[in-house]
Amino acid sequence: MGLFSRRKTVFVDSDVLVIGGGMAGCGAVYESRYWGRDLKVVCVEKANIERSGAVAQGLYAINCYMGMQWDENQPEDHVRYARNDLMGLVREDLGYDIARHVDGTVHKFEEWGLPIMKDPETGRYLREGKWQIMIHGESYKPIVAEAARKAATEVYNRIMVTHLLTDKTKPNRVAGAVGFNVRTGDFYVFKAKAVIVSAGGASHIFKPRAVGEGMGRTWYAPWSSASAYALPILVGAKMTQMENRIVLTRFKDGYGPVGAYFLHLKTYTQNAYGEEYESTWYEHTKELVGDYVDRHPVPTCLRNHALLEEVKAGRGPIRMVTKEAFQDPHKETVGWENFLGMTIGQAVVWASQNIDPKHINPELTTSEPYVMGSHATCSGAWASGPEDYAPDEYQWGYNRMMTVDGLFGAGDTIGGTAHKFSSGSFTEGRIAGKAAVNYVNDLGNEPPQVDEQEYRSLEKTVFQPMENYAVGRNEIVAGTVSPSYLLPIHGLQRLEKIMDEYVGGISAHYTTNTPLLDRGIELLGMLKEDMNHIGAEDLHQLQRAWELHHRVLASESVTQHTLFREETRWPGYYYRADHPKLDDDNWHCFTLSRYDRDSDSWEMEKAPVYHIVD
Amino acid sequence: MPTFVYMTSCDGCGHCVDICPSDIMHIDTTYRRAYNIEPNMCWECYSCVKACPQNAIDCRGYADFAPLGHSVRALREEAKGTISWKIKFRDGHEKDFVSPIRTTKWGTIPSPSDYAAPDAGEYANQELAHEPDALNIEGGLPALAPDQLKQGVV
Repeated sequence: MGLFSRRKTVFVDSDVLVIGGGMAGCGAVYESRYWGRDLKVVCVEKANIERSGAVAQGLYAINCYMGMQWDENQPEDHVRYARNDLMGLVREDLGYDIARHVDGTVHKFEEWGLPIMKDPETGRYLREGKWQIMIHGESYKPIVAEAARKAATEVYNRIMVTHLLTDKTKPNRVAGAVGFNVRTGDFYVFKAKAVIVSAGGASHIFKPRAVGEGMGRTWYAPWSSASAYALPILVGAKMTQMENRIVLTRFKDGYGPVGAYFLHLKTYTQNAYGEEYESTWYEHTKELVGDYVDRHPVPTCLRNHALLEEVKAGRGPIRMVTKEAFQDPHKETVGWENFLGMTIGQAVVWASQNIDPKHINPELTTSEPYVMGSHATCSGAWASGPEDYAPDEYQWGYNRMMTVDGLFGAGDTIGGTAHKFSSGSFTEGRIAGKAAVNYVNDLGNEPPQVDEQEYRSLEKTVFQPMENYAVGRNEIVAGTVSPSYLLPIHGLQRLEKIMDEYVGGISAHYTTNTPLLDRGIELLGMLKEDMNHIGAEDLHQLQRAWELHHRVLASESVTQHTLFREETRWPGYYYRADHPKLDDDNWHCFTLSRYDRDSDSWEMEKAPVYHIVD
Repeated sequence: MPTFVYMTSCDGCGHCVDICPSDIMHIDTTYRRAYNIEPNMCWECYSCVKACPQNAIDCRGYADFAPLGHSVRALREEAKGTISWKIKFRDGHEKDFVSPIRTTKWGTIPSPSDYAAPDAGEYANQELAHEPDALNIEGGLPALAPDQLKQGVV
């Protein structure tokens, strides 16, 4: 009797399969049901959609709201803002598309019961900044999940999706997905006419600042394991801007957000000696990036850059000046509730270290890099744009369809659309949901066919780590050291060290070059080989093993993209020391990659950037 | 630990196991109570703390940067629609906060299929569910003209 002799294979048929029930996934489920009344809409989630994804612990602001009803902003204003912040490179067709729909999404959230703060004088939503509105969002995710549960035909919690399936006869068409139940160990085969990938971006691909118990207190959730990228990459979907990792300036150790502090509380930063420092680095930054430094607001990466240079010059730590603002009891309450609503760990850090910002100006630091598609960065899949105005080069099918037929994406998955945040991710899910329903309706009598040989072969692959452990464990007395297998944590720490040292992590001051990247690719290649020898003691470790697989593949993509772009486009996010300046003549373009799993090789190309021109 | 479970309070109900986004709250097979199996993959998101019917789960800040002696307690009351917080600093001083969590009754969100089905003609346009009404603007869903998007450096 083998360990999993009682393992079942469960087949689930669906019309629209939504992978990942975070904000984007819930939006996709909701909209798929609205347009696909008779369709089977299935949501699959590795945790529990009640508290899954990046919004699991709540939010204190919605960072993407136009306020068109009060003529506060128009969609094109948001496009210009995102373009400016990302140093010129965003998919403006996709960004506009989110911005024109997002207000309707937020109005629904309020109707569903999300407490949105109001300006007592105007009655409008209380603005934290030009794009942000303030909420009491402790239950943001449970509220949105309730809407998704009402909409879905079925929600499968605790299923880790490991691979997408392709059509038996058309290799560039998606046919479903496979995964396993983290509780029962059953193997799941989802058949689908259309698949929407709305999984999470990538934390823990670069070594975090805390490597002990606190390694879980990453800025982005530790459960954001790059499935957003690995799933599409494995079936050959083109990816874009994977080099565009993000580094966050945040309160030290807890990575508590600074947005409300800067924008609403009007706190500001200074160096260890109480001096303003950003202007010190103006001329230096201008030499690197030219006129981009003069744009308003100053791009996020350039503000990081000034902080990093100031610290390197020996005038750290950088502090947030809170003592003045926190004398106002209202502002003090906002400052604390901001953390309790979305980054409780920061409150824990301050309580533990007796940091009361009313009396002490707290330290700031820069985080390790993350790869994701919804904050001030835009890594992700290359997707078809909206049918009514996207340029021909951005349009080959249905809105938000990737370069694989029937494969859609939203949220962290879709590249080029920075600053969508929670509301924009849900909105992008809605856009993908309607498009996926249209795709399914147009398919008629030609549904994709899954290939039994393919999913049986994947079943063996999926459970191999448990086999590795069961066999290898007998060789050793006890402990974690085995000559035949690595545990998932071993692989994760190797990955983080490679990315940190060779691809521009914290220990390298976010700096890399061609020789470092070449060496990084060699070491990642060996790690990929070793991934065949990951050992999983139980189903929880099997989940960790597959999260690691996804992180490794995404990391390889990041490294290839970083090598391809021979410029430093976003100083403060990372530096190509061998190409230290921004180079609009050669690199005012998107980078695209396509992974070929048969040859294990990457093809790189450039794609044009279209701007809204007035 | 970051989160940990008090032996005398936990009754092994498994709510924390069910809700944890990181899959790190498990039931100990000997004591039949919950514990955090992988503290270094805990985000201190408090999903388990909030879900625990016995208030048996608490958080001790990450050992590598949080000195002992603090606590941040949460009490989430769905019926009242509030979450209450008590922050206790290492030096003993305390702060309390209460926030609303929801303005409507739980379970009252309609399914999208409760709304009138869209007309056949609406599938081809760019409007999403509830649009254009939900936008609260005149003139319908905004759009760009294809010639507004051009290559170049701006």
